[in-house]
Amino acid sequence: MSEKDTDQGKRQFLVAATTVAGGVAAGAAAVPFVASMMPSERAKAAGAPVEVDVGALAPGERITVEWRGKPVWVVRRTKEMLDTIRSNDVNVADPESKKPMQPPYAANATRAIKDEFLVVVGICTHLGCSPVDKFAKQAEAFDPNWQGGFYCPCHGSLFDLAGRVYKNRPAPDNLVVPPHTYLSDTRILIGEDSKGA
Amino acid sequence: MAATPKEPVQFRGAGPLNAPISGVLTWVDQRFPLMSLWRDHLSQYYAPKNFNFWYFFGSLAMLVLVIQIVTGIFLVMHYKPSAAEAFASVEYIMRDVPGGWFIRYMHSTGASAFFVVIYLHMFRGLMYGSYRQPRELIWIFGMLIYLCLMAEAFFGYLLPWGQMSFWGAQVIVNLFDALPVIGPDLSTWIRGDFVVSDATLNRFFAFHVIALPLVLLGLVAAHIMALHEVGSNNPDGIEIKKHKDEQGRPLDGIPFHPYYTVKDIVGVVVFLFLFFTVVFFMPEMGGYFLEYNNFIPADPLKTPPHIAPVWYFTPYYSILRAITEEFMLVLAIGVAAYVVLIWLTARDSRVKLAAAAIGLVLVVLMKGGPLALDAKVWGVVMMGVSTLIFFVLPWLDRSPVKSIRYKGTLFRAALTIFVINFIVLGYYGVQTVTPVGTVISQIGTLLYFAFFLLMPWYSVMDKTKPEPDRVTM
Repeated sequence: MSEKDTDQGKRQFLVAATTVAGGVAAGAAAVPFVASMMPSERAKAAGAPVEVDVGALAPGERITVEWRGKPVWVVRRTKEMLDTIRSNDVNVADPESKKPMQPPYAANATRAIKDEFLVVVGICTHLGCSPVDKFAKQAEAFDPNWQGGFYCPCHGSLFDLAGRVYKNRPAPDNLVVPPHTYLSDTRILIGEDSKGA
Repeated sequence: MAATPKEPVQFRGAGPLNAPISGVLTWVDQRFPLMSLWRDHLSQYYAPKNFNFWYFFGSLAMLVLVIQIVTGIFLVMHYKPSAAEAFASVEYIMRDVPGGWFIRYMHSTGASAFFVVIYLHMFRGLMYGSYRQPRELIWIFGMLIYLCLMAEAFFGYLLPWGQMSFWGAQVIVNLFDALPVIGPDLSTWIRGDFVVSDATLNRFFAFHVIALPLVLLGLVAAHIMALHEVGSNNPDGIEIKKHKDEQGRPLDGIPFHPYYTVKDIVGVVVFLFLFFTVVFFMPEMGGYFLEYNNFIPADPLKTPPHIAPVWYFTPYYSILRAITEEFMLVLAIGVAAYVVLIWLTARDSRVKLAAAAIGLVLVVLMKGGPLALDAKVWGVVMMGVSTLIFFVLPWLDRSPVKSIRYKGTLFRAALTIFVINFIVLGYYGVQTVTPVGTVISQIGTLLYFAFFLLMPWYSVMDKTKPEPDRVTM
């Protein structure tokens, strides 16, 4: 068949159709590979709620429990600690907890169901480091007028004793309050929402 | 290649057979272009005769790549990519595997050596204008290699499953979390879990030992093919192909083999002296090559008191940390000033309008009240842009000359400041956050971007000297 007998229009159509069909097939073949990198069923199932007994926790102390592989802190706040939170509104970026970093039942002045117990995920909202306790009210290298709270060693973000982030720090948001509920006065279930509150 | 005759110039492919070629070689050559590959890339690849010290680092990078691949293969024989066993298996390699410590220290020192060599190689390119037309693609392939290498180093750093491994990966994967809309799902997809976990370690292992090395080898091949297509630049930044002898060979060129193979062997010997000094006497390099916190097993519930990336990432890490909410105003002003500069100097009105439109969008996203993105997002964006901006370098430099030898004071000053600034940013990237450090990093960030973004102006204003016609030694 010589060149002039070639149906160029048909050839172009066939090339285009083959390219499109092949492209769609290649794209579709990529789906299972991409999907295989999502969390597995086992990883999803590992997120069961965790129960913690805070009866033995002394005022001013903190315990860490693991929930979904993340550290969750429970801090039993003293009267003085709670007072510093109220006077600290001017230093923090979101004093009234307007951003949804907590369940509705913890969107209050102390970001807690019971004022005494702060329950937060101990992961900085900047890049996921775990901040360290700096509960004492004293001058610190990062803030000469420190009121007590948490300091993130990675990038210097500061949080007060309600887990509220300080202004002009790398972290944009308050520490996350996980869903939690009280099973009794001293037993908290982390990972399940509070119904009545 | 050992049996190759010295000067097989007179043959082409499987052409007529002459006496000196052995039977085996002829047999192969009629079936595979062995001799023509040898000629095109070694015995008749003409490189400028004036290569200096700075031209060692390309071949040294290849050497380090080979070291990493060979030591890597042997490490994989003993390493276990699981969260439960990884840390212990590395310690097993260090203590129980015969010579395991030696192979592992070669691999860990090789990672840092790779970046030392690559940074010097890139600096050579900056000095002598090796990125300029017609070598843009060589530069782009090279930058892709650099990015690939950073990813390779990052994935590899998780494998020992120490505290720095874990928290470094946590921070870097969370960078993607900052992206609007897709961020959280994207970072979960990268980790394969809601936190850095066994699933993450396993896939990072796959990327580190198979996916990225394959990409890396392909890119290295492309880098060298592009180089051998256009020919090497040289310290004078002039084209040796302008002057050829009657056989079409550049007058200022010498065959890569034996001249530069022999020269490079000298470089290799000196390099290996230094390399093994580190491997044997200071494999941790004071905590810069192997961070001390990484000798503690990963603990997802406790961040080490001070985390910093390995030294080769720290300039970019400083840029990431420099972007705070307060600094956004400075950035927005910088963008506005840059638009004004383009508006005043550009000739094409479409360029002016495009610059103004892009500038407006950026300023709104930086300081536009409710429309503005978090400083955290901008930190990630600026860090990304600071690595990607190298790609456009060939089109930013408008100097009439390529080499720093003939460029004027302005370019020399700019390059000097850039290098010092890069080191200063690197220094502050390993330090804990202090107010002074943050301000210095912020100034450093501005200087870093000014080097690139102002280049179209200062490279033209610069008073250059005339280039010579032929290379100088």
